[in-house]
Amino acid sequence: MQTVALKLVTIIAEAVLHDRLIREIKNLGAKGYTITQVRGEGSRGVRASEWEGQNVKIETLVSSAVADAILQHLSEHYFPLYAVVAYVQTAEVVRGDKYT
Amino acid sequence: METLDIVRLNLFSPMVLAFVLGIMAVLLRSDLKLPEGLYSGLSIYLLLAIGLKGGAELAATPFAQFWRPALVTLLLGIVIPLWSYVILRRLGKFNIADAAALAAHYGSVSAVTFSASQTFLDNLQISYEGFMPTLVAVLEVPAIVIALMIAQSRSDATTRWGEILRELLVGRSILLLVGGLLIGLLAGKPGLEQVAPFFVDPFQGVLALFLLEMGMVAARRLRDLRQAGLFLIGFGIIMPMLHGVLGVWLGQIAGLSLGGSMILAVLAASASYIAAPAAVRIALPQANPGFYLTASLAITFPFNLTVGLPLYLSIAQMLYR
Repeated sequence: MQTVALKLVTIIAEAVLHDRLIREIKNLGAKGYTITQVRGEGSRGVRASEWEGQNVKIETLVSSAVADAILQHLSEHYFPLYAVVAYVQTAEVVRGDKYT
Repeated sequence: METLDIVRLNLFSPMVLAFVLGIMAVLLRSDLKLPEGLYSGLSIYLLLAIGLKGGAELAATPFAQFWRPALVTLLLGIVIPLWSYVILRRLGKFNIADAAALAAHYGSVSAVTFSASQTFLDNLQISYEGFMPTLVAVLEVPAIVIALMIAQSRSDATTRWGEILRELLVGRSILLLVGGLLIGLLAGKPGLEQVAPFFVDPFQGVLALFLLEMGMVAARRLRDLRQAGLFLIGFGIIMPMLHGVLGVWLGQIAGLSLGGSMILAVLAASASYIAAPAAVRIALPQANPGFYLTASLAITFPFNLTVGLPLYLSIAQMLYR
């Protein structure tokens, strides 16, 4: 089947950032996203079922330009003060025009 | 009843014991864990139930009886964050963000501590004004706004006020409390009777279940106490006592009954852990949750629940003698 290489951006963040992050990645060009509630531990300590709510994992399929813009935005506004993890993978996607 | 008897009665009440069970569950590393959905459900139930009861009572309260307590409550909401901030900065040597975050939490109010105080007085058959939940709503927001304004005026941080105010005013805590008040106010006592089998009668049981969860949350915070330091532990115990005295005194001036003044003391003494943490995390991300959540949840809440309730009652009894 015909596939297109896109970027899968995954952001794991504390729950208070949920609304903001969705708004901002859409402004940066993401056409859609998938959200799951997750738990885990990192450099800022266990955030499993913390008082403020579980962490959220936001996944979005975007072009590499948008992926760069999202990472740039996160590193400017969130990495210093919030518990946020983000990474990019290449994904082979069917119907690639749906996402860019 | 003697003060010691009241203390004993409180310590052996189902709500305090459920809280202790929650702490034990964590310390003993039990696999007990309330599903997050249940926790949210219980908090929704409690906030709405508090609002409904208060609103129905407010419908039956003449304005002349209500405005002075509301005014002194607002005064508490302004004064407490201001002097808490000064104490934290000058004596505690906290940085601006941490001091302001803590001031926001101590100036705002804990609806669960408030419910516990109502249950406490009910069990002792001491009466109080039915409109007290309205005062919870009055006290919840101003202190947070004031503390954030202090932080903003003393640093170059740009606060996004629109987002913060939205977070505060339509956050679940205020939305449910004020929404419940309005429903109760419009539906009146006959309306409350329709929902009483669900919202009034099982309230104490639900509160006990919620406190089980609170015990577990507080216990998980206990390991942060070392980071919080002795000053903050002292702050988390001494400030509620001072605010409790202030609350009783102002309550008496405003013409509240003994029970009403005791509850106002609890409102002044309690520290927020629903509305304030959410707002502070967004407005002051540089403030350390290890300070404000630990102080509010692991120090002040347990103190108020166990020692504070009988203490504020005996202060009120002394002042009203």
